[in-house]
Amino acid sequence: MATNKNTIAAGLLDWVDARFPLTSTIKGHLTEYYAPKNFNFWYFFGSLALLVLVLQIVTGIFLTMNYKPDAELAFASVEYIMRDVFGGNIIRYMHSTGASMFFVVVYLHMFRGIIYGSYRTPRELIWLFGVGIFLVLMGEAFFGYLLPWGQMSYWGAQVIVNLFSTVPFIGPDLSEWLRGDYLVSDATLNRFFAFHVIALPLVLLGLVAVHIVALHEVGSNNPDGVEIKKHKDKETGIPLDGIPFHPYYSVKDLVGVVVFLMVFFAIVFFMPEMGGYFLEANNFIPADPLKTPAHIAPVWYFTPYYSILRAVPPIGISQFPGVVAMGLSVVAFAFLPWLDRSPVKSIRYRGALYKRWLTAFVISFVILGYLGTVPGDVWGQFGPWLGRADRATVVARICMVIYFAYFVLMPWYTKKDKTKPVPERVTYK
Amino acid sequence: MMKKLFIQAFASVALLVSGVALANEVHIDVTAPINMSDKASLQRGAKIFVNYCLNCHSANYMRYNRLQDIGLTDKQIKDNLLFAGEKVGETMRVSMNPKDAKKWFGAAPPDLSVEVRARGADWVYAYLRSFYKDDSRPTGWNNLVFDKVAMPHVLYELQGVQVLDHETHTLKLEKAGKLSPEEYEQFAGDLTNFMAFMAEPAKQSRLWLGVAVLLFLSVLLVLVKKIKAEYWKDIR
Repeated sequence: MATNKNTIAAGLLDWVDARFPLTSTIKGHLTEYYAPKNFNFWYFFGSLALLVLVLQIVTGIFLTMNYKPDAELAFASVEYIMRDVFGGNIIRYMHSTGASMFFVVVYLHMFRGIIYGSYRTPRELIWLFGVGIFLVLMGEAFFGYLLPWGQMSYWGAQVIVNLFSTVPFIGPDLSEWLRGDYLVSDATLNRFFAFHVIALPLVLLGLVAVHIVALHEVGSNNPDGVEIKKHKDKETGIPLDGIPFHPYYSVKDLVGVVVFLMVFFAIVFFMPEMGGYFLEANNFIPADPLKTPAHIAPVWYFTPYYSILRAVPPIGISQFPGVVAMGLSVVAFAFLPWLDRSPVKSIRYRGALYKRWLTAFVISFVILGYLGTVPGDVWGQFGPWLGRADRATVVARICMVIYFAYFVLMPWYTKKDKTKPVPERVTYK
Repeated sequence: MMKKLFIQAFASVALLVSGVALANEVHIDVTAPINMSDKASLQRGAKIFVNYCLNCHSANYMRYNRLQDIGLTDKQIKDNLLFAGEKVGETMRVSMNPKDAKKWFGAAPPDLSVEVRARGADWVYAYLRSFYKDDSRPTGWNNLVFDKVAMPHVLYELQGVQVLDHETHTLKLEKAGKLSPEEYEQFAGDLTNFMAFMAEPAKQSRLWLGVAVLLFLSVLLVLVKKIKAEYWKDIR
C-alpha cells in the first residue's frame, strides 16, 4: 500500500516537473544551494527581513478590510479597528511595530553587508537591488504613515511633499502634482493609499525576488569574505565549506525567527508606542490642516536623513541644497562597491584605519538619528563667540561631514589601510 | 570587535529611547492615579464622564457596552448612564453641533476618546485640577497647563474657585467648593483613570495575551534550538 502511494506521489511529481521546474527550483534555492558554514549572528537579518515583509503584507491585507481611505473617515476607521474589529488592535500594532522593525532589521542587514564587504565583486548587483529595496521601503513607510490621518501623519506628509517644492523652477508645480491638491487633502490620502497598498508592494516584491535570484546565482558572502567556490570537492563539485541551505540554515534561521518574534511581540503587546518612537502621541489627534504642531519630526527611521536636511544651510532663501544633501545621503550607499578599494572584503582582515572610519560613521549616523527627533535648540546655543549658533545644529553639521567623508574618502583610506592576510578557507569555531 | 560593535549599537538604541522624555517637554509635576484593576474607580470615572463631560465632549469611538469591561452589565449601563434613549451598542455622541460649539466657545470641544493617548494621563489629571479665575479671559477662566484654554471650568462648583499667585506661579483655593480638596483630587483621579481606560479599552486583555504569546514562544525557542543543535552536530 505504502509503496503504491509513493509511486503515485512520484508520478505526480514527474508530471509537474515535466511542466514546471519544481524539483530543480527547490534544489537550486534550498536543498542544493550551498551556503558558507560560518555564518554568524549578523546573517539572521536577511531571512528576518523576508519574515517582516510577509507579516506586513498579511497584517496589511486585514487592515485594508476595515480601513477607509477618506479624509472624513480614516482616523475613525483606525479607532474602529482598534476597538471593534476582532483582534484589530493586535493586527494594527503588528503592522505599526512591523514598520519600525522592518527598518531595524534592514539597517542591521545593511550593516552586515558593510562590515563583511558583501557588496564587493561579484555581488554588486545584489547590493544595488538591495539599495533599491531600501529606497522603496522608505517610500512605502512614508506613504503608509499618512493613512492613520493623525496630526503627525498629516504634517509629516506636508513637510516631505514640500521638499519637492524647493526644486528650482518646477518645484511648486511638482509638489502640487504629487499632492493632487494645493495642500495635503483627501486626494493626497487616496493616492498615498494606492501607492501604499499596491504600487510599492509590487515593486518591493519584484526587487526582493531579483535580490535573492542574484544572490543564489553568485552565492553568499561570509564573515571571512572568502569565496567558498574556490575550493570544491573534486568529485561532487560541492564547495568544501558549503552546506545545503535546507536543512542547515532553515533550522538555524528558525531559531532567529523565534527570538525575533519574542522581541517583536514583546513590543506589540507591552509597549506598542515604544515611548512615542513607533506611534507618536500627536498622531492620536485627528489631522487638522489649520493647526500646525509645535514640533514636527519624522518617525525614527528617517531622522538621520532629516537631520542632514536641517543641517545644510540654505543658499539665499532656497532650501534645495539641504534636500539634495538628504537625497545623496540615502543614495550614497549605492556607490559602495566602487568606492571600496581594499584588497580584503571582511572587517576581520581590515586595518585600524578603516575600523576608525566605520566607527565614526556609525556614531555620526546615530547622533544624526537622535537629533532628527528633537527640536534644533535642544542643547541650547553657543555663546556670542560662535554667533549664538544652536549647539545641536553645529553637532549635526559635524556629523554630516563625517557621514559624507566616510563615503567620499573611502577610495583613499581603504587603499591606504594596512590589511591582514586573508585565509584560504573560512574559519569555523 | 563584533561584540563591541553590537554593544555600541545597543547603547545607541538605549540613548534613542531615553530621548523620549526630552521630546515631549511639558512640565507636569503630578502623577495620575492610573489603576486599571480598580473597577470601582473606573465606574465612578465613567459616571463622572457621562454626567459632566459628555454634554459638550463626545467620545465617538467609545461604545457604551464596552463599559462591560469595567464590570458593568448592560442593564446597569442602561439604567445609570444612558439619558437620551441611546442604545447600549451606540458610541458616546453629543448632540451639540460642532459649528455652534465653535461659535459659542471659540473652539469646538475635542472628541475625548483618545485624549489620554494624545496628551498623556498626567497631563489630563493636571489639567482637570489647574483651572483658575482669570477675568481677562472671555469665560472668566484660565488653566495653568493649557494657557488661554477655551473651555470654562465646568467643575468649579465642585472644586471651588482657585486663583493664581503670580509670584510663586502656584494655585490657591480662594472659595471652597462642594468637595473638599481631597475629594476633588479623587474625583479628578477617577475621571482620568476612566479616560485612560477609554483611550484603549483592549489594553488589559492585550497585556494578558502578550504573556501567553511570550510563554508559547519561549517553549518553541527551546524546541527549535534542540532541532538546530541536532542538525548541526556534525558540521565541523
